[in-house]
Amino acid sequence: MSFAKLTASSLAIAAVSASAAVAQSRDNVQVAGSSTVLPYASIVAEAFGENTDYPTPVVESGGSSAGLARFCEGVGENTIDIANASRAIRESEIETCAENGVEEIIEVRIGYDGIVFASQIDGPEFNEFQQTQWYNALAAEIPMDGEMVANPNTTWAEVDESLPEVEILTFIPGTRHGTREVFEENVLLVGCEESGAFDQMVEMGMSEDDAEAACISVRTDGASVDIDGDYTETLARLDANPDAVGVFGLAFYENNTDTLKVATMGGVEPSTETIASGEYPVSRPLFFYIKAAHLGVIPGLKEYAQFFVSDEIAGPGGPLANYGLVPDPELAATQEKIANETTMSEEM
Amino acid sequence: MSDASIPGPAAPATGKKSSLLELDARTKRRNAAETRFKAYGIVAILIGLCFLVALLVAIVRNGAPAFTQTFVTLDIELEAEAIEAAEASVVKTSQYRDMIRAELMGRMAAEGIETDMDANTLGQILSSSEAGQMRDFVLENPDRIGETVTFNFLASSRVDGYSKGRVTRESLERDPNLSPAHLDLVDQLEEAGIIERTFNWSFVFGADASDSRPEQAGIGVAMIGSFFMMLVVLALALPIGVAASIYLEEFAPQNRFTDFIEVNISNLAAVPSIVFGILGLAVFIQLVGLPQSAPIVGGLTLTLMTLPTIVISTRASLKAVPPSIRAAALGVGASKMQSVFHHVLPLALPGILTGTIIGLAQALGETAPLLLIGMVGFIASNYPEGVASGFLDPNSAMPAQIYEWAKRADPAFYERAWGGIIILLLFLMTMNLIAILLRRRFERRW
Repeated sequence: MSFAKLTASSLAIAAVSASAAVAQSRDNVQVAGSSTVLPYASIVAEAFGENTDYPTPVVESGGSSAGLARFCEGVGENTIDIANASRAIRESEIETCAENGVEEIIEVRIGYDGIVFASQIDGPEFNEFQQTQWYNALAAEIPMDGEMVANPNTTWAEVDESLPEVEILTFIPGTRHGTREVFEENVLLVGCEESGAFDQMVEMGMSEDDAEAACISVRTDGASVDIDGDYTETLARLDANPDAVGVFGLAFYENNTDTLKVATMGGVEPSTETIASGEYPVSRPLFFYIKAAHLGVIPGLKEYAQFFVSDEIAGPGGPLANYGLVPDPELAATQEKIANETTMSEEM
Repeated sequence: MSDASIPGPAAPATGKKSSLLELDARTKRRNAAETRFKAYGIVAILIGLCFLVALLVAIVRNGAPAFTQTFVTLDIELEAEAIEAAEASVVKTSQYRDMIRAELMGRMAAEGIETDMDANTLGQILSSSEAGQMRDFVLENPDRIGETVTFNFLASSRVDGYSKGRVTRESLERDPNLSPAHLDLVDQLEEAGIIERTFNWSFVFGADASDSRPEQAGIGVAMIGSFFMMLVVLALALPIGVAASIYLEEFAPQNRFTDFIEVNISNLAAVPSIVFGILGLAVFIQLVGLPQSAPIVGGLTLTLMTLPTIVISTRASLKAVPPSIRAAALGVGASKMQSVFHHVLPLALPGILTGTIIGLAQALGETAPLLLIGMVGFIASNYPEGVASGFLDPNSAMPAQIYEWAKRADPAFYERAWGGIIILLLFLMTMNLIAILLRRRFERRW
């Protein structure tokens, strides 16, 4: 009897609270996406909560693609307002968005992020890297005497005599990460072209697209390990393998300078200055995307975006730059864009 | 085995005198085998114990530092003009920060600690949460403007790490956030009694903090999130699970349909928890339209996961009640329902509650389903305002918070992840203890 009553009443409570949830309007901004942007977004969210009367926005991680997929699910209170991304939105994603009613999107570039190549602080002397060395160390197949052969290099010294005599073992971001794309384009592809391998492949009769694909295909014999988790996982793998090299974000490296040492790429040391000036070759812009339909519906959404790109936050010397973000020189244009709510379709 | 193969005492070995005092070779072998088997068992238990001890030692050693924190004590005069100017700017906290840094400079000069650092470099000793803390105080106590107030500000995570031995002068050499020169000042400030390490209640009761200030992060809000999720699980899984078990065990006819249900309940108990997360996302968020990251969705998802555990344990404890109890009740004229609710259920209750608590403990430690319904990230930053907002506002849960901390760049978060594990383990141990006590206290054997 009492059990029957208990069951009935608890079901009733559940039903009431469920319907209350649907009726209640959301008063906080919801953000999801890239795990690279997450630290910056969380710093901004926290400062936003501290400095305004709006509740602290909610920032979830999960990766750029996952975040944009959720962003494109539709318009409404139980969809996210902002997607963080460590790469620009793709044409196909814009189409998916439009199909689901998310037609107006505002693109916001928040700054740049450097990708650094680091090894254990007392490990082998990995101090200077060139893109060609990384291409020759990591390519699945390299052209040799007019045909493609499986990569014969097993140690870094075989790739280049100036490098230490240790076996090639690298931990690179998995394909799920936006970082991987930058790594492929700014390191492997550039190295492939600089070493002349690209021209050789074209001479061998490959089309340019095929040659490009061959340039960025990474060997799968264990010399290169894809890390699908976060940089903490890469760090843990480096701890276990003192001779390995890992790919990190600049901000992560700057928080772990006690265990990691960084190598130059193309002769340039990674720092916020060299990345801002464009000297350091491996960097990429970071973005977030705002659902324009939610502006004015979700309280604090526009204010959050404006706060994010304000000079005090995203500018030089602000908390984001202190954490490792490279400030965008064109921040003023971005601020104006948010103030005017200029969507991507209007920009074109 | 046939009888002939058993060598009994009735068939003494031919030609050999057997003694009762002396063991024959065969008995010796059998005894040795038994001793060996016991030894294997002891070794197995010892290995298990070793792992347990290693785990506990690692957890306590890594996690204990999270419970203390380094604070900087400063007396600040709240000047009305300066506060008005700060409230008028966009990033209001930055001007409060200037006031605090100026006070730190002044205090050091008063103590006779010399430095050639400017206020901003020196300010790296303090957590960046200091300005928000001061502003909150001013907003809450506007009547105290004009007075001098003593603030306990958090020291930055590097300074805190130094006092815990995690950060050394060598490790700071290439660190952009703090320099070895700072540590010399920290030593002097500590002597002057301005910097002090005390127990950190805000780790237990505080909210999550962003990546740039690990020193401020606490597990309290995530704990509240877990609490509300457990309320949902308890309110739904217990009545539904018990009702389903009573029906299946006492009333349902034995046919193919109930067999089918039974097999499926057992299967459900073995389904990986991430699958329930996907189900929760599809049903509760996308179909029903419940808010994302809300403890009510987490609770509903975990209810699905916990139900099979509760059903199985409830059915087992109902089965354990001897049929004579039912027969006696029916014999004196009770209806079927009366016999179940007045006699069988009270006797099965300890078992049911034990099963429920163990199911809840399992749900409390679960992270995987929460990943998919948006409860992992920088979420547990606001305290819920009331009961309804506790269920509906975005929140995280303890295991999700630990997972999130373990992912972050600053090594100080690593310490907090272990500290979070200690708190989670305390909860799990308490729940298991209650389950054991209930069983000991109320269980009846026939």
